[in-house]
Amino acid sequence: MMPEVHQNPLTNRESEAPMLPEAWRVVANDWENHDTFTLQLERDSGGPFAFLPGQFNMLYGFGRGESAISISGADEESGTLYHTIRRVGTVTRALSELNPGDTVGLRGPFGSAWPVERLFGRDLVFIAGGIGLAPLRPAIRYALAHRERYGNIVILIGARSPEDVVFPAEIDQWSGTEGVETRVSVDRATPDWKRNVGVVTNLIAKADFDPSNSAAMICGPEIMMRYAILELNKRGMDDAGIFLTMERNMKCAVGFCGHCQLGPEFICRDGPVFRYDHFKHWFSQREL
Amino acid sequence: MSTLAPIIKQHSFFSGLDDETIDVVTGCAKNVRFEEGTVMARQGDPANEFFLIREGRIAVSFPAPQGGGLTIQTIDADDIVGWSWLMPPYEWQFDIIAVQPVRALAFDGKCMRAKCEQDTELGYELMKRLSRIMVSRLQATRLQLLDLYGNNRPAQT
Ligand SMILES: Cc1cc2nc3c(=O)[nH]c(=O)nc-3n(C[C@H](O)[C@H](O)[C@H](O)COP(=O)(O)OP(=O)(O)OC[C@H]3O[C@@H](n4cnc5c(N)ncnc54)[C@H](O)[C@@H]3O)c2cc1C
Repeated sequence: MMPEVHQNPLTNRESEAPMLPEAWRVVANDWENHDTFTLQLERDSGGPFAFLPGQFNMLYGFGRGESAISISGADEESGTLYHTIRRVGTVTRALSELNPGDTVGLRGPFGSAWPVERLFGRDLVFIAGGIGLAPLRPAIRYALAHRERYGNIVILIGARSPEDVVFPAEIDQWSGTEGVETRVSVDRATPDWKRNVGVVTNLIAKADFDPSNSAAMICGPEIMMRYAILELNKRGMDDAGIFLTMERNMKCAVGFCGHCQLGPEFICRDGPVFRYDHFKHWFSQREL
Repeated sequence: MSTLAPIIKQHSFFSGLDDETIDVVTGCAKNVRFEEGTVMARQGDPANEFFLIREGRIAVSFPAPQGGGLTIQTIDADDIVGWSWLMPPYEWQFDIIAVQPVRALAFDGKCMRAKCEQDTELGYELMKRLSRIMVSRLQATRLQLLDLYGNNRPAQT
């Protein structure tokens, strides 16, 4: 039986005041590439911040507005949180301009999680496109930290060009781990690029996993996810073994406002991680 | 059976063909190796061959006059590169470069064309296999053209 996604499992603040941001201090703000940066945050009160891989926080750039941003990593001891963000508009620009010592408002964690703990014994296939690697990274880290509990681990990463790949140093580490097949494919490159060129979904056909005993976790542009699912299905993977994220624009993050509603689902409350067979109908609707 | 026949039989492009057919195509094949960085074929050169990649990775690149070029696709082991040998003017349309040390089987295009003409059943079977690859590469190229990660956000709505 395929597990469900982990539904709203943690309640750091949900039961308290989910709409009230808490002040977090910027420890570092580092550029990953020309448009993507990682914010490292700590709160003065310290202490652990419980979250599950795939969950997100609402980050508030004071005076500029609030955005849903997935947690891309955490240092459990110090309680430091990492958010990796692509600068696209007003709020993400404001967040990109923060300096160490500045403060942001944070609400969370919210949303469902990648069901990594429920997939022991299976092969895992992670498929990330662009900034989609950020929400997947905690799940990948979890799987690698519990390597012996899984079968083969396949990590397929797509990006526009070599310069656009996020976390390149960490990807190199993953590539060197035994029993882990890590491939990066970019849309275009010069011939000195030694990894793959082409759409990332090309890599699925020959990846080393057993479709009858595996699960896939996908995060990236919607078209990429559609083609990834097609290729996984061609390999014989069942829809129930496929998990993906929908990152629809949202406001309240707690299922009140309806801003992120897709069919009967509220992405913030029921997602962003969905099991594909549960979501297939809505995923394939145009113009919803 | 020649020593190459078992290798050819195992390669996904020829899988499922009977021993007799494998023997026929083996007559057109030879083992080749390329060091990393070798230009295995140049755009405009006569396309006398196609390659079954056994090991390593090759890049399909647009040459740039000032050097460097632009890779539009890489092809890994257990895949096949080259179909210019099939159609006039029988010239390579891209540069083919070994980006890793490559072990491959090179098939003589003329020899293969002659065998396909003689044995049309074999010819049809190979054309079906090649078309599948060409269609899937065409679809992949279309996706690539969309510049998925450029303007799109994850699961944009
Ligand atoms: C659950 C969830 C998790 C997310 N995780 C991350 C993350 O880890 N890193 C990250 O960089 N972004 C993430 N996003 C997207 C992020 O929330 C938006 O990019 C951000 O809110 C844009 O705000 P802005 O004011 O900078 O841009 P705006 O000025 O609001 O918009 C600029 C452009 O981006 C588009 N856009 C805005 N939000 C989204 C969205 N959610 N989906 C698609 N297009 C959008 C707009 O249509 C517009 O074209 C996530 C979204 C959700 C819902």
